[in-house]
Amino acid sequence: MSEVLVLVDSNSLADGKITKPTLELLTIARRLGEPSAVYIGDPSGSGEAPAETLAAYGAQKIYVIDDTDVSDYLVAPKAEALAQLVEKTSPAAVLIPSGGEGKEIAGRLAVKTGSGLITDAVDVQPGPDGTAVTTQSVFAGGYTVQARVTRGTPIITVKPNSATPEQAPGAGTLEDFPVTISEAAKAAKVTASEPRKATGRPELTEAAIVVSGGRGTGGDFSEVEAFADVLGAAVGASRAAVDSGWMPHAFQVGQTGKTVSPQLYVAGGISGAIQHRAGMQTSKTIVAVNKDEDAPIFELVDFGVVGDLHSVLRAATEKVTERKG
Amino acid sequence: MDAMDIVVCVKYVPDSTADRRFEADGTVDRAGVDGLLSELDEYAVEQALQLKEKDAGASTVTVLTVGPERATDAIRKALQMGADKAVHVVDEAIAGSDAVATSLVLANAVEKLGAWDVLICGMASTDGSMGVVPVMVAERLGVPAVTLGSEVEVDGSTVRIRRDGDVATETVEATLPAVVSVTDQSGEARYPSFKGIMAAKKKPLETWSLADLGVDAELVGLSAAWTEVQQTEARPPRTAGQVVADEDGSGAAALVEFLASKKFI
Repeated sequence: MSEVLVLVDSNSLADGKITKPTLELLTIARRLGEPSAVYIGDPSGSGEAPAETLAAYGAQKIYVIDDTDVSDYLVAPKAEALAQLVEKTSPAAVLIPSGGEGKEIAGRLAVKTGSGLITDAVDVQPGPDGTAVTTQSVFAGGYTVQARVTRGTPIITVKPNSATPEQAPGAGTLEDFPVTISEAAKAAKVTASEPRKATGRPELTEAAIVVSGGRGTGGDFSEVEAFADVLGAAVGASRAAVDSGWMPHAFQVGQTGKTVSPQLYVAGGISGAIQHRAGMQTSKTIVAVNKDEDAPIFELVDFGVVGDLHSVLRAATEKVTERKG
Repeated sequence: MDAMDIVVCVKYVPDSTADRRFEADGTVDRAGVDGLLSELDEYAVEQALQLKEKDAGASTVTVLTVGPERATDAIRKALQMGADKAVHVVDEAIAGSDAVATSLVLANAVEKLGAWDVLICGMASTDGSMGVVPVMVAERLGVPAVTLGSEVEVDGSTVRIRRDGDVATETVEATLPAVVSVTDQSGEARYPSFKGIMAAKKKPLETWSLADLGVDAELVGLSAAWTEVQQTEARPPRTAGQVVADEDGSGAAALVEFLASKKFI
């Protein structure tokens, strides 16, 4: 059985605590072959035992690329390292978490290895001949597309929430993989970094419930945040709210922000422009509160309330709190 | 700052507010839907023009696109906004190309342009939305890429961007020549002025074929794509559910009942 390389996402590498998207990729990798995790850094350097977690979710091998030439720079050295690993292992596929960095690593890797690339898969299954067939959601969620790579090593970036992580013990054999990084790959570097303050809420793209606010909040997100907290949800925002400077861009749901596909999406004071729909249309259940009964968001909802979002969400937060006792 | 040769890559895409479709061969229907300059590329044109304005107009902004005949609409818009000249790579063999092939054509076109300093792209197209072409072009040209910038500045031979990431706001820099991609947070794109619209008619527009670039037609197009679309399917429209009016707090009660019935509470 061929190996399937899974690049451990950079959020996991920050503190060694393996996040859900990486576990999802390992679960998907098992459908296609034998999962091998690729860990950039030193997995024994944290108290979180990342190697044990990766093995518990099916990693037969864990390639360790512990080289400051890779970890200290942007995407280009990571793509070079992966290309060298692809050459050595001839994997059945390379699975990479979809995100700004993941897609760029994948793009460079595709050119380097002469391979086809599929981005933003929401599902990956083995086709009749065992090769990976991907499902993507395109045109603002209006279409689903099934595709496969026909040349080289299938390089596939996969969105969060595309599989349910399943434990399946693997050997988790650690293997150091030495790499050679070119000077050219180190030409772009991060010269300053200011960490964003943690919100304590779930990560937007991974959350089971998302509560978002838009222009209708008038800049006051307190009811949106309170409702999110009582539901254990992540907070999102429309482009209008972000453009107004009310919320940072990292919270934006939509075509140029995050695409979310939670079990429940609550839109407060969001009209539902195509730009926003592109980012949330595939949510399982959609609920909206908006003053304007003609807002296009109501065409999408499973349940909608025409009313003031501040008073409706405030009262709803109280009622949910009461129910919880 | 010395005068720079700035190249902006733009894409002609089906209007994202229109009813977009696929052809029977799995390619995007680019004929039956009105096209325009991808909105996300307007931000790239804007940043190019702002760099030019910072050196009192000494720099040159060249618009580069790969696309069908009608992609001249996208070029014209960029010229109307203020770009100096344009190159349109058009060749029937290119139709159906994937990102890998598109980056090959773009990289060869950039090399044919001669010396350049900054290559600016939008963060992604509004149709394919992959967001990988900027780094693929950088990879092929062997130059650094600084991507997803919400602020761009050039300081001597260094390009520096601010990137608002999920966990941190970073400053990323590279030595020129370099590829830069910008987000929709980089600053509103200007509208063409009447003067700009008139001036655009006289601006140089060159049309290049694959032969002009020395790119083998066998390497591009649908038949050479390294990925294959097997099936496209329109998602069934969501059926609108129940919408209630909030009267004296009834809305919140109904909302909570709904959430409880779906076991979210």
